[in-house]
Amino acid sequence: MADVTHLETRTLGGGESGFVTTKFEALLGWARKYSLFQYPFATACCGMEFFSTASPRYDIARFGAEAPRFSPRQSDVLWVVGTISQRQAPVLRRVYEQMTEPKWVIAFGTCASCGGFYDNYATVPGIDKIIPVDVFIPGCPPRPEAVLDGLMLLQDKIGRCDRTPETVKNTALPDGAEEALEKLYQIRMKP
Amino acid sequence: MSKLILERLKAQFGDDILEVSSFRGDDVALVKPARWVDVARFVHDDPRCDCTYFVDLSANDRCDPRTDDLDMDDRFEVYVIAYSVAKKHRVRIKTRLPGDEPRLATVIPVWSGANWMEREVFDMFGVHFEGHPDQRRILTYDEFKGHPLRKDYPANRAQPLVEYREGTFNKLGPFLQDEGMPLNRSAAPDERN
Repeated sequence: MADVTHLETRTLGGGESGFVTTKFEALLGWARKYSLFQYPFATACCGMEFFSTASPRYDIARFGAEAPRFSPRQSDVLWVVGTISQRQAPVLRRVYEQMTEPKWVIAFGTCASCGGFYDNYATVPGIDKIIPVDVFIPGCPPRPEAVLDGLMLLQDKIGRCDRTPETVKNTALPDGAEEALEKLYQIRMKP
Repeated sequence: MSKLILERLKAQFGDDILEVSSFRGDDVALVKPARWVDVARFVHDDPRCDCTYFVDLSANDRCDPRTDDLDMDDRFEVYVIAYSVAKKHRVRIKTRLPGDEPRLATVIPVWSGANWMEREVFDMFGVHFEGHPDQRRILTYDEFKGHPLRKDYPANRAQPLVEYREGTFNKLGPFLQDEGMPLNRSAAPDERN
């Protein structure tokens, strides 16, 4: 399923302008990944982080995922943002079924990914028990940077035509960043 | 200050008030279930009590399923908290019900706000309120079996409305040292400790 070798794109020399060969799937994936219409299914505190990601400071529009569509029939990505209770599960399932193909699902935060610390009669232990999920973003709630990582991971997967579920990895700080942060902290903490 | 209410209750109902206590401004009266509505009506109507404001109605399960009999006589403790806006005092009235088919008269005629609270107590504990106009579940769904806040309900038993999907859910990422919690759960919740 995740075989990417058939999606190879090559630039060949030839004449003054040259030309590019590609596969139709690869072209389609490239086109799709920068025009994602989103359906935010925000149920809990993670919603705040989602708004923060969408607002100008983090600006999700930079990634070609600007337009939220509050109708599942017009959207490509279902963001499940927050805890899903057993009573809500049929609704979420129905929203997913109403979306038109191609469609992707992002589980935003620990509760949507696995139920979080809720382990009881009321909460669904992860939305992948109900609907297929493409990207899991861990965090309680995840920082906007992690959300953008998740979005970029999804775009990468769309470009590769890869539908296997993936989790956002923890990014390591670049060299020297910790010392710089420590210095900044010392300056800020000075009376 | 609201010890006045407790004194009024004792004078009015005598032995039907089983116990009274006051602790840091919390005044509690334990009454017999048979006089539940009478006591509520008195607290509401009596001009010196004047508790017209209904704060809350809830319950707790007093049994320990490991040691106690589930049908013990005083298993469920239902309580109502009432407040007087004019006199600024508050009282809590409690009663205890048997584990086997707990039944209690409704206090909706006294405080109409008790309607949804009694539905919640019915949903969570299975206490039936006689005379309630709409005794349905309020937080869980009609298909739900049992009452989740009873102590003998298994803490992690779920009753899904949507059937869970088949397949393995591999969410085990390469985590860093402090991120030990795997993002998936074992297949059978009952096998966990």
